[in-house]
Amino acid sequence: MLRGVRDSLVVVVPLTAAAALLPFAYSNELLLFNFIVFLVLAQGVNVIYGFTGYLPFGYVGFFGTGAYGFSLAVIHLHLFPLVALGLGAAAAVLLALLLTPLFRLSGAYFAIASFAAAFAVYEVVSNPHLDAITKGPYGISLSQIYNPQLSYGVAVVILAVTLGVTVYLKNSRFGLSLRSIRDDSLSAAMAGVNVVRARTLAWLISALIAGLIGGVFAWYVSVFYPETVFGAEFSVFAIVFALFGGVATVSGPVLGVIFLYGIYNVIGISAPQYFQLIYGLLIMGLVLFLPGGVVPLLRRWGIDVP
Amino acid sequence: MPSEPLFRAAAIEAGYGRVQVLWGAGVEVREHETVALLGANGAGKTTLLKVLCGLIPPWRGEIRFSGRDITFERTDKRVRAGIAYMSERGSFPGLSVEENIRIGGQFTPAAHLKRRMEELYGVFPAIAERRRGLAGSLSGGQRKMLAIAKALAGSPRLLLMDEPSAGLSPLFVNEVFEVLRRFRGEGLSFLIAEQNVRFLDLADRVYTLDGGRIGFEGTVGALHANDALRRAYFGLK
Repeated sequence: MLRGVRDSLVVVVPLTAAAALLPFAYSNELLLFNFIVFLVLAQGVNVIYGFTGYLPFGYVGFFGTGAYGFSLAVIHLHLFPLVALGLGAAAAVLLALLLTPLFRLSGAYFAIASFAAAFAVYEVVSNPHLDAITKGPYGISLSQIYNPQLSYGVAVVILAVTLGVTVYLKNSRFGLSLRSIRDDSLSAAMAGVNVVRARTLAWLISALIAGLIGGVFAWYVSVFYPETVFGAEFSVFAIVFALFGGVATVSGPVLGVIFLYGIYNVIGISAPQYFQLIYGLLIMGLVLFLPGGVVPLLRRWGIDVP
Repeated sequence: MPSEPLFRAAAIEAGYGRVQVLWGAGVEVREHETVALLGANGAGKTTLLKVLCGLIPPWRGEIRFSGRDITFERTDKRVRAGIAYMSERGSFPGLSVEENIRIGGQFTPAAHLKRRMEELYGVFPAIAERRRGLAGSLSGGQRKMLAIAKALAGSPRLLLMDEPSAGLSPLFVNEVFEVLRRFRGEGLSFLIAEQNVRFLDLADRVYTLDGGRIGFEGTVGALHANDALRRAYFGLK
């Protein structure tokens, strides 16, 4: 309980305040928005991978489903953006429900199957024959509801809620039972953890997070193509950021995004020819020397990081 | 009419897929009683315990606990009702000592659990020193102590134990033995599946499990008096 308050004061409050106030001081709001998107996605990966050990390689499927659910609700049902956002998130959660049988798979098989599922959704959405419903490969334009200020504000709220969710998971009994499942699901079941229910709940929460931020992404950019919101780099980035910082922690994915996405934006733009080399080396170094991420290393040095 | 025992499993048939492992096995544990379940490797001890704690649904038979039919009840409900299970592995290596105990007491109200934890740390000083450390960094003996502490954290009425002596040196077996003796004094009931006959000294009654069937049921004295069984479980004498 006390640790939860402390974690909130150290991570959630400052980060939310920074996300809310930086646009007044820094003009590249799109970059700030993208930071928020990756902060949220990395925490979403944290919820399912960090706390249950299932690596969702197709995590972007929920993001894209949220974006499309939102957009189609606006285009066809003429809903207010905030209502449409709820529908987009609901679509992502529904997809997650449909995919719960994937939990019969473990390890790499789960990762690959979830990737294939995301790809399948992309193929359906971008199918030219569904032009009348999804606009097929021609993309979405939502100029009628374009509102960068409001959508940015909503993204900040989603960031705060998502960070709150990870603080809760890190410090609650529910989070502990999830980590026990990650450690040894059979022993967890023996100890009385309802493995199926807990894992499913984490999966749905994780999908909800991606669906919400996907919807806001669609709202904020308001013009996009299927491959924009189903791009595998969303999954890969979110996973790498979360792993770099350290999963099953609150601050790990945050550190991962600030550091790696920061580097991406500095080198990726100034020296794109070296970018992939540097990035690849960083990731290799991470896997070899810091398999648990940065936060466990800091903790080993005696720094008590949330 | 004698009152119903605390725990009673009768005519349990169960297995994996098409392979039947248990052929009508049954056990009873009365209040404050320690019951040993002896059997060689492959006799079906672990399978029976898994049926009893709800991890495997039985094909036939009935399980009752504290006057209720729990044959098809979920494991978490059985744990809430007061049945704890200690597997051979016992603890979560990737969680801290304290987190392991918290998992064991996950259905206990926070204030109560805190008190219980201090109590258990008093009984197991070796793990109390390392409460923030990972369970995986403990020695084999300490890990077994942690497994017992974890199983006891929820203040169960019945503790099912799968080979508490497995993988332990004789010295630690004695230590586990002393700890169990202590908690037996608190009025807890035990069902201990074992190959190690050392644990018989604790038991009020013994069952032998052989090929998925109960062979012998009775007191430890009666087991000793039976020549064939003595040869089978204690070696030739």
